[in-house]
Amino acid sequence: MKPGTSRLALTPRQCEGLIASEGGSCSPLPLAGEGPGVRAMAVGVRNRRGLALLALALLPVSAHAADPTSVYRQMLAEDNPAELAVAHGQQLWEQPRGPRQAALTACDLGQGPGVVKGAFAALPRYFADTASVMDAESRLVHCMVTIQGFDRQQLAAAPFSEAGAPQTDLEALVAYVAAQSRGAKIRVPQSTSEEHDSYARGRDLFYRRAGPYDFSCANCHGADHLRIRLQELPNLTRPEGARSAFAHWPAYRVSQGAVRTMQWRLSDCVRQQRWPQLIFGSQASIDLSTYLGVLAAGGTMDAPSVRR
Amino acid sequence: MDNSRRDFVSAGSLLAALIAVGSKAADLAQSPSNPWNQAAFEAKTVADALKSLGIPVAQGGGEVNLTVPEIAEDGAVVPVIVRCRAAGTRELHILVDKNPFSLAASFFLPDGTDAFVSTRIRMNETSNVIVLAVTDKQTYLARKQIKVTIGGCGG
Amino acid sequence: MADPMKIRAVMQSGRVEVKILMSHQEETGLRKGADGELVPAHFISNVSVSHAGREVLRVQWGRAISKNPFLQFAFRGAARGDELTVTWIDNLGDTRTDRITIA
Repeated sequence: MKPGTSRLALTPRQCEGLIASEGGSCSPLPLAGEGPGVRAMAVGVRNRRGLALLALALLPVSAHAADPTSVYRQMLAEDNPAELAVAHGQQLWEQPRGPRQAALTACDLGQGPGVVKGAFAALPRYFADTASVMDAESRLVHCMVTIQGFDRQQLAAAPFSEAGAPQTDLEALVAYVAAQSRGAKIRVPQSTSEEHDSYARGRDLFYRRAGPYDFSCANCHGADHLRIRLQELPNLTRPEGARSAFAHWPAYRVSQGAVRTMQWRLSDCVRQQRWPQLIFGSQASIDLSTYLGVLAAGGTMDAPSVRR
Repeated sequence: MDNSRRDFVSAGSLLAALIAVGSKAADLAQSPSNPWNQAAFEAKTVADALKSLGIPVAQGGGEVNLTVPEIAEDGAVVPVIVRCRAAGTRELHILVDKNPFSLAASFFLPDGTDAFVSTRIRMNETSNVIVLAVTDKQTYLARKQIKVTIGGCGG
Repeated sequence: MADPMKIRAVMQSGRVEVKILMSHQEETGLRKGADGELVPAHFISNVSVSHAGREVLRVQWGRAISKNPFLQFAFRGAARGDELTVTWIDNLGDTRTDRITIA
C-alpha cells in the first residue's frame, strides 16, 4: 500500500476511526514529549481523498488540545472505566435471571424484541404494550419485571449505587444498552400524540420556576457561559448544548467512581434546584428526557462518556 | 542492586503462591516472588519511600519522561504515563509529593518489556508527581506539577 | 472470585500493547463512610502478567491507585494467537486471574 503518510497528533481511536473509512494503517511513532492524550501517529492512506481527510483531521484536534479540561477528559475517555459496567451489563442482558429465570434478550427497546443496537438513540418513545412514552431506564425495569419476574418496587427503591458500592444491575444494563448506540444519530421520535405530549410536558417542566429558590432548569441551562463554581453548564436551549448533554449520558463520573444514568443526572439537578424529589421512572422524569432528546436531534450518541 | 528483584518465577508457581496466600484473608497478602514493599508504601515522604525502595539519589533527568494533564478535574483519577529512553530500565516508580503516603506504584520490567507504563492515580491536592526510572547503571528522575481542582456541582 | 477484568492485547509493530481495566473499589482507608467511621483499606497490591510461562510485568501498587485500576504497558516476544495471563491480588487476599488471546 503506497500513498500518503502523514504525521498527525491523534489519539489511536481517532486514527482508527479515520482509517476505517479510507483503508490504511495507523502506527505510533516514537514519542518525545507530545501533548498528553494525543500521540504522534504515522497515518498512511491509499489515495488523495484519504490525504484530504487527513488534512481535515488536523483542525479539530489542535483546537481540542488547547483546553486543559478536555485534555484530562481525553486521556480518560480512551480506556473508560465504564467499560467494566458495559461488560457486566452485557452479561446481565444475556443471562437467564430472576424468579422466571429468563434472559432479557426478548426485551423490546423500541426496535423490536432483542434489538439493542441503535435503540438508545431513539429513546424515549411510545410503547403500545404500556400505552406510554418510556425512556431506556423505565423500559429496562419494565422488561426486568415482565420477562424476568423481578419486583418493581424493589428495583425502583434503589436504582442507583451508593458511593463506594458496586454498580447496580440497572446502571450496568443502561451502560451496556447505551454503548450499543455509540455513533448512532440521536433520533427521539415525535410520531404519536403521546410523544408530542411528552415533549410539551417536558418543555413546560424545563421552564417552570418552583421551589424555595424559584429555580427552573432554564435558570442554569437556558443561557450561554453559565457555571456553578468551576463547572461549566451547557446551554440546553441551543442544539449544540442539547446534543452534547444527551449524547454523553450515561457517563462514568470520575468524582464518584461510577456510571451515572440520565435519570440520576436529572434527579441530582432537581435536588440542587431544591425541588421535591424526582421519582425514579416517573412520567415527569421521562418527559424531561423526551424534551432534551428532541432538542438534541441530529447529534451523535457517545455514551457512556467520562465526566467529572 | 538487590538480585532478588530480578528473580522472576514462572507463572505457574507464581499463581500457586498467590492462591496459597489468598486463603489467608486476614494477613496482608504477600507473594514470595513479589513481596509487597510495606515500608515503602507506608512512607509518608518521598525521601523515606526512596530509602525503603533502596533507590539511590537520582543521577540524571532527561531520559525519563512523564506525561500528565496540567490540570486534573478530580484528584480521584489522574492519568500518568511514564517512559524511559535509557537502555536496561528495570524499574519505574511513581510518587506523589503531597499525598499522605508518597509511593503510588512500582513497576518491575523483565527483558523485552518496554520502559513504558500508564496508570491512574489519586492525588490529595495540587502536588508534584515524581517518577523514577532505575536502570542497571543509574537512576533517572522527572517531576511535574499537577493542579487538582474540585469542580463545582453538576457535569 | 472478584469481577472480571477487561483486557486488550493487540500486536502493533512487533510489540504487544496491553491495556487492562480491573474492577476494584480501591478503598484508601482514609475515607469516612456514611456512619462516620473510616472505611477499611482495600486495594490491589500486586499485579502479574505472564506469557508462555514467563512473567512480562510485575507491579506493586499502594492505596493511591484510582478506583477500577487501569494499567497499560507493552512488551516484545509474543505473537498473535498467544495467550496472556493477568493476575491481581489485593491487601485482603482476594484475587482474580483472567486470560486473553493476543489479537
